[in-house]
Amino acid sequence: MIDAEIDEIIQVLKREHGYDFSNYSMASFRRRVQRVMNLYHIAGFYDLKYALVNDKKFIGHFVHEISVCVTEMFRDPQFFKKLTDKVLPLLASYPTIKIWHAGCSTGEEVFSLAILLDEMGLLQRSRIYATDINQEAIEKAKKGIIDARNIKEYTQNYIKAGGKNDFSVYYTARYDNAMIKKELREGIVFSQHNLVVDGAFNEFQLVCCRNVLIYFNRTLQNHVLSLFYSSLAPLGFLALGIKESLLFTEAKDKFDVVDNANKIFRRKV
Amino acid sequence: MTETRKIIVIGGSAGSLSVVLYILQNLPSNFIIPIVIILHRLKNIPSEIDKIISLKRSDLKVKEPDDKEPVYQGYIYIAPANYHLLVETDATFSLDYSEPVHYSRPSIDVTFESVAQFYGSNATAVLLSGANEDGTAGLFAIIEKGGTALVQSPESSEYPIMPAAAIRKNEGVQIFSPQGIVKYLEKISPF
Repeated sequence: MIDAEIDEIIQVLKREHGYDFSNYSMASFRRRVQRVMNLYHIAGFYDLKYALVNDKKFIGHFVHEISVCVTEMFRDPQFFKKLTDKVLPLLASYPTIKIWHAGCSTGEEVFSLAILLDEMGLLQRSRIYATDINQEAIEKAKKGIIDARNIKEYTQNYIKAGGKNDFSVYYTARYDNAMIKKELREGIVFSQHNLVVDGAFNEFQLVCCRNVLIYFNRTLQNHVLSLFYSSLAPLGFLALGIKESLLFTEAKDKFDVVDNANKIFRRKV
Repeated sequence: MTETRKIIVIGGSAGSLSVVLYILQNLPSNFIIPIVIILHRLKNIPSEIDKIISLKRSDLKVKEPDDKEPVYQGYIYIAPANYHLLVETDATFSLDYSEPVHYSRPSIDVTFESVAQFYGSNATAVLLSGANEDGTAGLFAIIEKGGTALVQSPESSEYPIMPAAAIRKNEGVQIFSPQGIVKYLEKISPF
């Protein structure tokens, strides 16, 4: 599809359905659209536009498929290790630790964080608000079920992240699924939140938003980073994906760098 | 005018690292066209590829781009492990953590297609040794948008499957030995 056609799809989504993708990363959005078209055997631009205007059921599928729901436990183990070494000990001084995990998808990284908090004896007084734009992903996350075929990889990641236990104590496996232990999930509140249009809803000591900003252009990145800034307590921590830099954003002077390789920042007072 | 700038994208899998190093070692030191390298690699292991290249050629500026980093001339960019690497219309990089393509993230197809979309006839894509079929669709996109597609000759490839697939399925690819690839790249350099 040419740029003008992509633009028109964005206009249709906004006008007809109130979804605003206009400040998404276009290179990535284009791929997602192409992917949905292949998945649903849609031949071209006009067929796609027709379906988006007329097919109520399709629009739900479309928005679900456009958002990237790929995630894994302890992705970038060295990030989780640094978080455990440098950030979590400082959070220990708060009577209640409030954490926002934005763009949590199906919850795998939230469960990872809960495990590390548990191993530091902090989980009991932590409240984790985990949000995502994708309602289906949130529903799956609430169930605490992960794909058992990935357990071997997750176990290796967990060990590299500095996990202290036998990883198998944290889940119960049954056939293709594994369920994360209930005790780990009790302090987690999963809910839908759209970073594009929804505002701040609490004050946090840690905001974790990894590999979400990559799907936004610089305008939207600036908007979301200012939302995170206003959602953080002074000296609160911000953790982004390891390739998500503040350097190219307006937020770069509002944060100190805690660990550049793992993109951990701290809100200035 | 960023639109008119050239770019070189090099994709490789099994058996390609030595060829990438050979190409980079033999480029003139004033080579200014940005080079983007996509190599299949293991995830969740901090990579050393940029360091290996820097050891061989300390005069080259090598880096793994962060998200939304501008594409600068004179730089060699390595696609980070576990992300797809895309190029935006304002000549910045975008990273993407969506599903692997051909079991690969980064995928060569993904970057080639994205570069083709934005750079069109200013893009030169090079596909090297490898054992799967990533890169074939990407070269198709490069050619379709008027860019140049070079493929390492299967005879000179440690793993010929990837170059052979690209040659079989794409008309208009040019086939070279590693030496021939270096000569070609020197030729398109403005200096």
